[in-house]
Parts: sequence; C-alpha cells; structure tokens
Amino acid sequence: MFLRQAVILALFMSSTAFAAKNLIYCMEGSPSTFNPQLASDSVSLNSSSQAIFNRLVEFKKGSTEVIPSLAKSWTVAKNRKTYTFKLRDDVSFHSNEMFKPSRKFKADDVVYTFKSQMDTKHPLSIPSANYEYFKAMELDQIIADVKKTDDYTVVFELKKPEAPFLANLAMDFASILSEEYAQNLVKSGKGLKMLETNPIGTGPFVFKSYQKDSAVRYTAFDQYYKGKPKIEQLVFVITTDSTVRLQKMKTGECHVMSEPQPQDIESIQKTAGLKLVSTEGLNVGYVAFNTSKKPFDNLKVRTAITHALNKKSYIDAIYKGQGTVAKNPIPPTMWSYNNSTADDEYSIEKAKQLLKEAGFENGFETELWTLPVSRPYMPNGKKLGELMQADLAKVGIKVKLQTFDWPTYLEKSKKGEHAFIQFGWTGDNGDPDNFLNVLLGCSAVKAGSNYARWCQPEFNALIQKAKEEPTQAKRSDLYEKAQVIFKKEKPWVAVAHSRQNKVISDKVTGYTIDPFGHEQFESVDIK
Amino acid sequence: MNSLKVSILNKLVRILISFFFISLVSFMIIRLIPGDPVTHILGERGATEERMQELKKLYGLDQSLLKQFQIFVSQAAVGNFGESTVSHQSVMSEFKVLLPATIELAMLSLIWASIAGVLLGILAAVKRNSLWDYSAISISTIGFAMPIFWWALLCIFFFSVQLQWLPVSGRIGFEYEVPYYTGFFLIDSLLSENSWAAFLSALRHLILPAFVLGTIPLAMITRITRSAFIDVEKEDFIRTAKAKGLNQSQIIFKHVMKNAMPQILTTIGLSLGQLLTGAIITETLFSWPGIGRWLIKSIEARDYPVVQAGLFYSMLIIALTNVLVDAGIEKLNPRMRAAK
Repeated sequence: MFLRQAVILALFMSSTAFAAKNLIYCMEGSPSTFNPQLASDSVSLNSSSQAIFNRLVEFKKGSTEVIPSLAKSWTVAKNRKTYTFKLRDDVSFHSNEMFKPSRKFKADDVVYTFKSQMDTKHPLSIPSANYEYFKAMELDQIIADVKKTDDYTVVFELKKPEAPFLANLAMDFASILSEEYAQNLVKSGKGLKMLETNPIGTGPFVFKSYQKDSAVRYTAFDQYYKGKPKIEQLVFVITTDSTVRLQKMKTGECHVMSEPQPQDIESIQKTAGLKLVSTEGLNVGYVAFNTSKKPFDNLKVRTAITHALNKKSYIDAIYKGQGTVAKNPIPPTMWSYNNSTADDEYSIEKAKQLLKEAGFENGFETELWTLPVSRPYMPNGKKLGELMQADLAKVGIKVKLQTFDWPTYLEKSKKGEHAFIQFGWTGDNGDPDNFLNVLLGCSAVKAGSNYARWCQPEFNALIQKAKEEPTQAKRSDLYEKAQVIFKKEKPWVAVAHSRQNKVISDKVTGYTIDPFGHEQFESVDIK
Repeated sequence: MNSLKVSILNKLVRILISFFFISLVSFMIIRLIPGDPVTHILGERGATEERMQELKKLYGLDQSLLKQFQIFVSQAAVGNFGESTVSHQSVMSEFKVLLPATIELAMLSLIWASIAGVLLGILAAVKRNSLWDYSAISISTIGFAMPIFWWALLCIFFFSVQLQWLPVSGRIGFEYEVPYYTGFFLIDSLLSENSWAAFLSALRHLILPAFVLGTIPLAMITRITRSAFIDVEKEDFIRTAKAKGLNQSQIIFKHVMKNAMPQILTTIGLSLGQLLTGAIITETLFSWPGIGRWLIKSIEARDYPVVQAGLFYSMLIIALTNVLVDAGIEKLNPRMRAAK
C-alpha cells in the first residue's frame, strides 16, 4: 500500500520555482479583523496596522522610543494639555476595486480617525463597534478635542496632563484611516463594515485578500512615503501548531515564523539555513497573592513564600534559558527600572522562620491557579505550578493546583475568587504606567486587572503623580520609588521576563525583531 | 405512500423535535459556563463596571436568557445565525467558506478509507489466518489506536520534511490565488488562471491530511468488512452456493459481498458523519481551514453565535447521514423493511 502510494506521490512532485521577492510569514493564529481600531490580539494587529497602516508617530524599530511618522514634528504646550502635530504632505492612501483616493493624506483623516473612536454618534463611527483598545487606554477620558487648524496641522486638547499620551498615539489602534474611504462606503451603501474586511491605509503593503484561517496576501505599495518595500508579495500563512510551523521553516515553506517553543530553540540553532533572532520582551510573568484574602493579607506569609520559591530553577525548566529572573514588576529594558532593589533570596530557613512568626508553623493549605494558555511570559503554567507546589511543600504549605479554561479563568479571577494565581502582562506602549497602573493601581482592583487586589495608598499616589509629570527624569524617579514599595509589600512574586523569539530563514535580510512583537516587513529583503 | 417514504418522514419529524431540544440545551450550556465573549475580548486587561455593561449590551447579553433564546430561534428559523463576536462577520458567510474545505477533506479521506478498507477487509476474510489476515488486522489495530496528532506529525516529518514529496500544511501553494466559485479547491483551482498547476498543488496539499484523517475510518472499515464477510460466509446459502459448484470469486462478489454490504455501508455512512462534523486535530495540524477548528476556537472565545450555528450544523449532518444510511440499507436489504 505504502509503496503504491509512494509511486503516485512521486508523480505529483513538482519543483515549484519560487518567484523572486515573495516573503512568507507563518503566524500562529487567524486575524479577527483588518481594522486596527477594533483588534486587540497581536495576530490581528500585525496583519492590519503593521502591514497596512501608519500612525502619527511610531516606535523606532527595535525600541520603545517614539519617533515621527505621519506627523513630521510636534510641540507640547506649557500646560501639557495641548499637543500640536505638523503632518507630512506626501503620503498617499492605497486603492482597491471599490476605492481610488482622490487626494493625499491630510488633517481631516486624523480628526476622523480619533473622533470616530471617541464619539459613537459620529457619522463615520462604526455601528456596534466597541473600540476596545482606545477605551482600554482611557483615551476617551483623556482627549477633550481633536481639531485641524489647517490641512497639515492637527491639535489635540487633553482634559488633563497625560505623560504616556505620545506613546499611546504610536500604538496600533491609533492607525490613521482614510476619511474619504469611510465616506465613500457610507455613500455607496456598502457600509463601514467594509473597513474590517477591505482595509485602506497608507502603510508599506496593500491588502489584497484574506482566505479565512488560511492566508493573508499583500502587495508592496509603490507610492509608500518611505519608498516602495523590497518585497513584492507578502503572504501571512496561518499555521497554528508550532511544531508544524517549524517543519515548514525547514522545508522552506515559510521564511519567518512566530513563537517558536522554548524546547525547540536548541534544535533551531543547530539547523542549517535557519536563524533565531531574539530580543528582550516587554513582559512579566508573575504569581499574585490575593491580598484581600487570608492568609495572603499577611505580609509575613507573602514574604515567606517569596523566599520559598526557587525562581532560578523555573527559568531553566520552563523558559529553557529564554527568560530572565524578574525582581521588579516591569522589565529591565524599560526606563525607570529600579536596578537597586534587592530580590529576596531563595531560603527555606527564612521562609520557615517567617511562617512561624506569622503563626503558620505547620504551614497551611491553599490553591494555586495555573495559567491555562501558553503565553510568551509563561509558556507552561501547569508545569510551573508543579514546580512551585514542590517548593512550597518543603516549607509545609500544601498547594492544590487548579485551572479552568481561559474565559472562565479570566472571569473568576477578575472577580477575585482566587487565592494565589499565575498571570502575566505584555506591554502596550513601553510606558511604565502601562504596567504599574494597569496591574497594581487602586482603580485596577475594581477594573479587575489588579489580580493581587492590592491597593496601597503610598504606591498609588506615586504612580498617579508620575502620570502627570512632564519630564521623563522626574517620572522615572517616582516609578523607581514605587518599585521599592512593591518590593517591600510583595503583592506578587515576579517570576520572569521572557525573551521574544522569531525564526527566520538565512535568505531573509534586514529583519529587525521588535520588543512589542510587531512584525514589520517594510525594509526586509529576501535573497 | 410506500413504507420507505413513511419511515423517512417519521424520522424527519423525530429529528425536528430533537433539534429543538438540542438547540435549547446547547444554547443554555454555552451560556451557563462561566466567561462570555466580553471576558474573552478583555483578556488580561480590566474594565470598569459601566464598560462591562456597555459591552454586554453590544452583544445583547444584557437580556434575559429566555429572550435571547427566543431571538435565536426566530432568527435561526429564517436562516440567520447572527454575527461572530470575534470577527464581526456573519456566521453564514464564514460557514460558507469553511464548509467546502471540510467536505473536500472528508470526502477524499472517506474514499481512500473505503476502498482500501474494503479491499483489506476482504483480503483478510478470504485468506483467513494467513499472513495477509494478520497484517490486515495489525494495520487496522494500529490505525485505530494511533493518536492522530502523533501520526500526523510523523507523516509530516517523513513525507514532507525528509522526503520533501508533499507540502507540510495548507490548502494550496501560496503562488496560486484561487477565486471563490464553489469553495472546493479541486474545482475552483481548475477554473483559475493556472488551472492545471493550481489543481495539482491543491491535490498535493490534500493528500497528506486525507491520508492521515482516513486512518481511523480505514481501520474501522477493514474490521467491519472482515467480520461481516466471515459472518456471511457461515450462512447456509453460501454453503448451498458452494455446493452448486460456484467458484470462489463468484461466491465472494455475488453472494457474500451483497449480503455483507449493509453492515459495511453503515460504518462508512457513520464515518462520513463524523468526518463532516470536523476533524479538529487534523485540521489544526495541517492548517486546514475547516469547520472543526472554527468550532473549537469559537468555544474557547465564547463566540456564542458561531457555537450555536456549529452545533446546529453538527446535528443536521449526524441526523442526515443516519437517515440516508438507513434508507440506503433498506433499499439494499428488503429484509430490514420487512422487519418493521
């Protein structure tokens, strides 16, 4: 049977000649939308905003520094509430079968982009869209008004000073859409839903087609304001299984792949023709104590557990060396990282001593919830849970492991039903506020993302003040102080910061890996 | 009306009733488990109470379960299954694209499994207790017991990476763009620009997943064919045929085959039902854009409209294949009709 099959198969063998300048990127999931305003997962954002769109400002490749993009320059008024952007006048929009732009990019597009997200009654606001990211970054609370003063000048009025504002504008959801296209869709009766399936942007690649759960195709935009990309055809192929993705890299069916598994790293480095590229990720994996519940309301208990966990061993076993031990809640590559804080050393004696002082000489029983999904910040929650369970058993704490499927896990933990829980975070805009306020601020207790349910007045005052300070030096100072309080109060055990890894073929040149996980192909070439 | 029609009609009524109850149960279950589309959208992020309410309202989750069910039934009755909460596209438009992929894969798997399975089964039955028989039984046992994800990875590694005969995954080479006519790539590719080259590419992409997916039905069909043959061979009329002096091939193909067929067809028909309701693992590993993967992802995302429509479809397929198999058997074997 096998033999016959083999002969038949051999007949089908055809050496497909790869036409020059096609690049195939194999990614782990399917995009849910091509409107970056409505996307929140990295796959959708890479497939939309990074490939098809631009923003007023952008992050410098490979860093978190904000640099000009569609805006040539900007000024901030003394009151730190008025931002004035000068726009480029040489930017064109894409065209498709339904739409040929009659004009270049100008201030109206910027005003439309933001107004339609701020105000659901705006005539070009997509009905029933939730603009999740815009609201998650609280821009609806921050921006008072957006207006144009001339065709190439836009002014943003804020309700209060907001230091991370510029970084927010570099985020994917702030991608600039064409007002003319939106108007045409309404006029022609095709509807604004088309923005999700037939995007028009200013970016390096023009959207061509999407075959659901299969592939997204793009072609180079010949009028791209930074110059036409070197790749002519860009294809994003959806390959959900990481083992299969790697096999496709080996056969040359992919040129770049996302998210290799930690256990495959070693074999990738040994494979001829493949290259591993990596950078420090903007993330943190942690275990949070529910500080509103006994016995974790007791600082001595939290400290004891901090001493009992051997974090170094987790890095070796779970992250396979693709991570670093965390001590602060923000990653070391982020500005304001406080390097002078000392991490609590691994010491069973100290842990036992502290438990005794807390009145738990014989330990106690508790439940640890383990992360049900694999995330770069925590590739294997269950296995990590088992290691922690073994460590805590040594000091007499009996841990039962518990987990649920992802939505259940999220719902229960946001309500605070957990006692001790694994979680993590990947930064949105490279600003410390995006970690410290979102995950540990008092308002985040109610919002649900403060899984430690920890509201410490002194810490909260520091991070609120830092939001309004104008200079980075002053802000940094405040965040560093906040980290000292975090270390003292221990609402979490920060476990690890993991590296971002991608695998590329050695035919690919000019590829830069990005701390946010953005995929940018505008300056990539293929041999 | 003849009895065949009555029995089919009878079944259809029963199916309709069970449809209603299964929709009700599935509708409730997916809503009773914790987590909803809103929690999934928010992910690690938090949201204020007002924001949560706003989002729930957007998806109609602020209404009572009964009201939601009423809306679902009245809309489903006219073929509107709503909009996916993940992609904001209408469920039917997504379904229309994904279903042909599933059918294409299921059909090819079943064709290969049926032909190979029946032949292998006959061979085993005829050459009972020979090396042929033992090999066939072994293949069938291994095929049945093999974890499919492991088998798939093994095949990918051997045929695609080592031998480089077949592509690792996907539906067609990226260099071909196939326009949507029927959704079946084997047909659409022929109608596309590079017809033959595109067709070959589509076929090459189909072979490995179909081979892997067909393994379990192959194992089942082999076994059933073998045992059905052995059972029939013991019957008196076969002895009579032998006594009449018919040669072996006449006996096998005229008499045994005909009488063993109902049992074999039942197995094939039920396999078809299973294959059409989605081969989640195979679809995932081979990046095959079909129904199974879509459904599983929707359950993970609490994409209620998709889950509901998916379950509805599964019921329909299972019910239909059952009815068709029964009707086919009754046609083939008059004794089944008489038995009622």
